Amino acid sequence: MTAKPLYVLQLFVADEAPNSVQARGNLRAFCATHLRGCHQVEVIDVLEDPARALDDGIFMTPMLIKRLPLPMRRIVGTLSDSNAILEALGIEDDGHGID
Amino acid sequence: MQPAAPAAAEPIRESATPAPRKTPTGLQGFDEITRGGLPAGRTTLLLGGPGSGKTIFAMQFLVHGALECGEPGIFVAFEESPASLLVNFEPFGWGLDALQPDKLYLMDARPPIDLIQSGTFDLRGMLAALGELIRRMGAKRIVFDALDIMLAMLPDTASKRQEIYRLNDWLLRLAVTGLITAKSGGDELSSVGMQQFGFMQFMVDCAVILNHVISDGVSQRNLRVQKYRGSAFDENESPFIIGQKGLVVAGGRPPGRDAAEVTDERLSSGIERLDTMLGGGYFRGASILITGRPGTAKSTLGGAFVAAACRRGEPSMFVSFDSDRREMVRNLGSVGIALGEYVDSGLLRIVSVRTVSGSAETYLVRIRLLAAECGARTLVIDPVSTFFRSSNRLTAQRIAERLIDWAKSEGITLLCTSLVDDVGGKSSAGSTLHISTLADTWIHLTYLLEAGERNRGLAIMKSRGTAHSNQVRELLLGASGITLADAYTSGGKVLMGTQRWDKERADRSDAETARMLSAVKLAQLDAEEAHLALREKGLQADRLGKQAERLLLTQANSKRKRTEAQDDSEVRTLRSADASPDEAD
Repeated sequence: MTAKPLYVLQLFVADEAPNSVQARGNLRAFCATHLRGCHQVEVIDVLEDPARALDDGIFMTPMLIKRLPLPMRRIVGTLSDSNAILEALGIEDDGHGID
Repeated sequence: MQPAAPAAAEPIRESATPAPRKTPTGLQGFDEITRGGLPAGRTTLLLGGPGSGKTIFAMQFLVHGALECGEPGIFVAFEESPASLLVNFEPFGWGLDALQPDKLYLMDARPPIDLIQSGTFDLRGMLAALGELIRRMGAKRIVFDALDIMLAMLPDTASKRQEIYRLNDWLLRLAVTGLITAKSGGDELSSVGMQQFGFMQFMVDCAVILNHVISDGVSQRNLRVQKYRGSAFDENESPFIIGQKGLVVAGGRPPGRDAAEVTDERLSSGIERLDTMLGGGYFRGASILITGRPGTAKSTLGGAFVAAACRRGEPSMFVSFDSDRREMVRNLGSVGIALGEYVDSGLLRIVSVRTVSGSAETYLVRIRLLAAECGARTLVIDPVSTFFRSSNRLTAQRIAERLIDWAKSEGITLLCTSLVDDVGGKSSAGSTLHISTLADTWIHLTYLLEAGERNRGLAIMKSRGTAHSNQVRELLLGASGITLADAYTSGGKVLMGTQRWDKERADRSDAETARMLSAVKLAQLDAEEAHLALREKGLQADRLGKQAERLLLTQANSKRKRTEAQDDSEVRTLRSADASPDEAD
């Protein structure tokens, strides 16, 4: 198994909105399962920092952005479907995600 | 930050004043329909099928705000990219480029093509970003264009609803004037579309529906204000067109606004004797209807009228549904109405329109635009019946009313010709003749068929506020112009053409005879007098002769007496008579 590159992720959330809370939880679980030791996550609350939402063109929350490795990818929603996230992030399923 | 809850809207609604402030849209006609524009600080929903003009409406609203009202605006584009918007709006000449980004912000809110969706989401991110932008720009107007695109990504009706509520509450809280456009089902507002936005129509303060219908192959766009909380509005469907400078809505004149001004000024009809029949001409600002069958010289009367207007130096417009501009100038030239120079100098605008290219409503809007463009004081529509052909009876009536109402409010003297099939205006074509009840002056032209001839007759059917001739006159077209001839009446029948000529000739010969007769009589009398004079002379001569005779006779007598006396004395002397001479007698 080859070493995974560093995944730089940003999660835009809207305060304690239910879907934002869910997304945070799902991302935490996903990283623990699939990106252990090779991820860097920044959580941005658009209600606290609307300027960043504007500059980054965030129009839906929750929104996950994969900054690195390129290409950049955006995933909208609660991140409930881990297969979809794997595909979006370009990670081959190594079987760790499925218990 | 407070979480967006639907209930948050309630206190704001209650604090609203009963008569909402209005935000002018700058859309010609729309502000009249809504008595001032969209509700300020509230949300308006604009529904319509694809290509119904929603985006243009929305952009025009923002541009007007930015340019005329000092209200910066944000355009949130869910469907088109800002780059393609800039290109698409280029032809309108609004200068979107120059307004960006301080007065007009085009926000690309299209979901990225490679966006992956996993689970539910909401619009809080967008609203937070927009809130920031509104603060930076001081924006007063915001448009969400094609919200349906965004809503389509939401999994179920409940979440769609939730987002719409969220958006509405957010708009109310920020007190910006919001306009949300969304596609409704299809060309006709299908039930699918209505369902999706049905509840939204209840929620917003104002809802406007655009539709685009094709009837008998004729395209027509309509706009209807479905609701407007706390405000009166025109509830009818109003036609609109997408003109060169944006949407133009055929708004009705709000009730209570009077016509421009009512004057006693008379305008020449271009035909001297017709002016006399009308007691001086048409009133300025009046609506004149000229009806008649094909070929009764309706257009010619219209032409004479604009020619007279041009001679006075008034800008005029002639809308022809029949003929081409050059044809018209030629045809009218053949009856002594020279329009060429006025067309060249720009005083007269001849607009030739083909009936098939639009609905009556569309024409009305275009005519209004053109008339405003050339500042026409006099307008001829020839014939108005063709203009109405593509609409049903009700529409035709409405348009007729609107046309006349508009002309009056602008102080334009309007002359319409109309084709009718029946003589004497007893036509059953109510739609074409509906205008006759609205018109101030109605002139009917007929063909009278007598003795194998068709002759044109002119009668004034009505003329409000004017004493007018009740006589039918004969209309004569000649190379030098139009004249009206007295029609001879004979045995209750109007004589025209050859019959009139015959009658005129007969009358002429009668007069000749009478003149001859009197001349003869005069000569006779002269002769008699001469004869008498002659006789008088003869008698005089006789008398003189007699007098001379008598004189001679008297002289002879006295001579004789003297001679006799002399003789007597001589005898006496001879006789030496001693008797005195007295004794001798």
